[in-house]
Amino acid sequence: VPRINSPAELEELRQDVLSKRDPNKPCITVCSGTACHASGSEKVATAIVQELEKQGLKDEVDFRRTGCHGFCEKGPIVVIYPDEICYLQVTPEDIPEIASQTLKEKKLVDRLLYVDPNTGEKVIHESDIPFYKNQERLIFGPNRRINPKSIEDYLAIGGYQALSKALFEMTPEQVIKEVKGANLRGRGGGGFPAGIKWEFARNAPGETKYVIVNCDEGDPGAYMDRSLMEGNPHSVLEGLIIGAYAIGSHEGYIYVRQEYPLAVENAGMALQQAEEYGFLGKNILGSGFDFAIQVQRGAGAFVCGEETALLMSLEGKPGEPRARPPYPATKGLWGKPTNINNVETWANIPLLINKGADSFSSLGTEGSKGTKIFSLVGKVNNTGLVEVPMGITLRDIIYKVGGGIPGGKQFKAVQTGGPSGGCIPEDDLDIAVDFDELAKVGAIMGSGGMIVMDEDTCMVDVARYFLAFLADESCGKCVPCREGIRQMLKILTSITEGKGKEGDIELLEELAETTKNASLCALGRTAPNPVLSTIHYFRDEYEAHIKEKRCPALVCKELISYYIDPDKCQGCGICLRKCPVEAIEGGKKQIHVINQEKCIKCGTCFEVCPPRFGAVKKISGEPVPPPLPEEQRTISRKSKGK
Amino acid sequence: VKKEAMDGDKIDQIITKHQGDASALIQVLLEIQSENHWLPKEVLDKVSKQLHVPFSRIHHITTFYKAFSLVPKGRHEIHVCMGTACHVRGAPRVLEKVQDLTGIRPGETDLDLKFSLETVNCLGCCALGPVMVVDGEYHGKMTPSMAEDVLKNYE
Repeated sequence: VPRINSPAELEELRQDVLSKRDPNKPCITVCSGTACHASGSEKVATAIVQELEKQGLKDEVDFRRTGCHGFCEKGPIVVIYPDEICYLQVTPEDIPEIASQTLKEKKLVDRLLYVDPNTGEKVIHESDIPFYKNQERLIFGPNRRINPKSIEDYLAIGGYQALSKALFEMTPEQVIKEVKGANLRGRGGGGFPAGIKWEFARNAPGETKYVIVNCDEGDPGAYMDRSLMEGNPHSVLEGLIIGAYAIGSHEGYIYVRQEYPLAVENAGMALQQAEEYGFLGKNILGSGFDFAIQVQRGAGAFVCGEETALLMSLEGKPGEPRARPPYPATKGLWGKPTNINNVETWANIPLLINKGADSFSSLGTEGSKGTKIFSLVGKVNNTGLVEVPMGITLRDIIYKVGGGIPGGKQFKAVQTGGPSGGCIPEDDLDIAVDFDELAKVGAIMGSGGMIVMDEDTCMVDVARYFLAFLADESCGKCVPCREGIRQMLKILTSITEGKGKEGDIELLEELAETTKNASLCALGRTAPNPVLSTIHYFRDEYEAHIKEKRCPALVCKELISYYIDPDKCQGCGICLRKCPVEAIEGGKKQIHVINQEKCIKCGTCFEVCPPRFGAVKKISGEPVPPPLPEEQRTISRKSKGK
Repeated sequence: VKKEAMDGDKIDQIITKHQGDASALIQVLLEIQSENHWLPKEVLDKVSKQLHVPFSRIHHITTFYKAFSLVPKGRHEIHVCMGTACHVRGAPRVLEKVQDLTGIRPGETDLDLKFSLETVNCLGCCALGPVMVVDGEYHGKMTPSMAEDVLKNYE
């Protein structure tokens, strides 16, 4: 590959790439993001290659593995261009039919189309599916159009245009001015304005400066950074190179958690390609600007997403945060000025430079501009990654994009911002999603995890879950975080076990306040959020646990009992056979009874009881009805033939 | 799974690749971990000498970060996702079942070196939750009884 030495040569190359592509030539694509991969997309891909060969379509139809489409619920996703026919939950067995019907005969395979659950209508085109229709996919959208391993695909959609513009038409100061003007706020959690951060690093004294991509996305339930890094790594690189130019840095790092092997692989491959083409290395595009990047893997520590801990880890040390100031902008990696932004923030830069600050900030609210990618997960119909303009309401995200709550259940809360975030109840669903509005209701934007909870979720258990996570991940360096979290966890655990006492809630609040005020880094300072927000909105659930020894959501094991409703039991014996501790008594045509002494509350009987019987019940806060006397257990009514 | 320490050449290769740079310690350990699945003491001794890093610091690193194992792993590695999305969909009960069946808790390996059990905090496949991964193969929408069916297939 010849290195590109000027903007003119870049445009020439782009035209060359485009001239070899016929937009009308059919192309069959399959999503190869991690979630689709887990649902078997690689087997689908292999089947496609084989089938194109077998049916003699190899020269007439192109094939492409793409980045994550976001609609993970319905993966593996296959889209056929130019018509954009979208097939969902495709298996290898479907491929011969897709090839012979759709590719050859131009007919649809009806059963693989999306069915709108509200209208029952089938949807043909991917962008018409309600999940996508209500989004604004500026950053995440290109994923589905490109093979993440192909730099040519990125060039074909206008890649590295922004870099060329920044290097040749703008001074570093102008780039910073543009980023400041757009009021791009960091997408990693804190929401600090990126332009101001860049300016600090640029103005910090010192020759050597570093820029870093933070891809240590540790929040459980959040995976948008991974999908960008896997699905469109060049957009992150392009943003980073532009940032390096603006700040005056010649060395950069991409810090990826080792739990994301595909992101590591695709980032490494993109780096290599960018070097070959002259977007990295010495004299980038002939501009005289030099910049090199290394990929470093994190070794599995949540706290390393905190920027000072990340720096320690990059230096080969345990990832323990240090006090700020001095901020990394003046004293960062190896003591040099350093600028760290997360993946999504960097991926916003090419778009921002191409469109300009005014156009970029036309979307969003007063204080939060542009779009934000959320991972919408939990008890919601359309699980997946969604990109929406700032200012959209939570209700629209959950109901319009997410399609509401499955199984006709009642919505209870949405948890945003990961373990540092808070739970937002039904009453506040109409607030606009924006950094400041979320903070007002006690939650945070965080990196964009959005976990939907329904009536079957116990809020005390959720608070306990997050605290258990944080107790495990606290690095232990400062006392308020290490001990505060541990003590709060101890109280929460005892409440969920039915050992809660009067005054526990007040004690939790007091501990939360101290941990919040006295901890060294953001992990400890935000750790009480899940506790405080659940106490604030769901105090009644805490009180039910403490005073009535009742878990309203029927989750907390120590507070519930399993019981077989004698009016509903058909004596089928499934639960009896499946019970791991032989706690169920019964026989043919006998009403089954759970021996409460033996029961370990594993829930197996509840799970296996056929839904048409629904005889196994969970109860809490009330005594288990006494078992029927043996002579009354015979089932007289007929279960069949009625 | 190799029970004996890995051969010295391989370690030298990994260390040379990072130019004997002490700051590459974590990257070196990660590579050895993925090659050998655990970090035997003799290997760590060697890393300590060649990178000129005190053994105490290596111990600190290998116990601080979750990616490292100081004990041998079983033939099959089970990872149960305990991410929030999996949690609200019933992951704790799946984990309980797996613990029951294997007789080990997270972080442990059974005496026959058949299974090692780990929990992970999110695999980013929330649409499939609860998720269990055995030897890199993903099993989605798990229930306790399905977990039993899955584990039956491993010898």
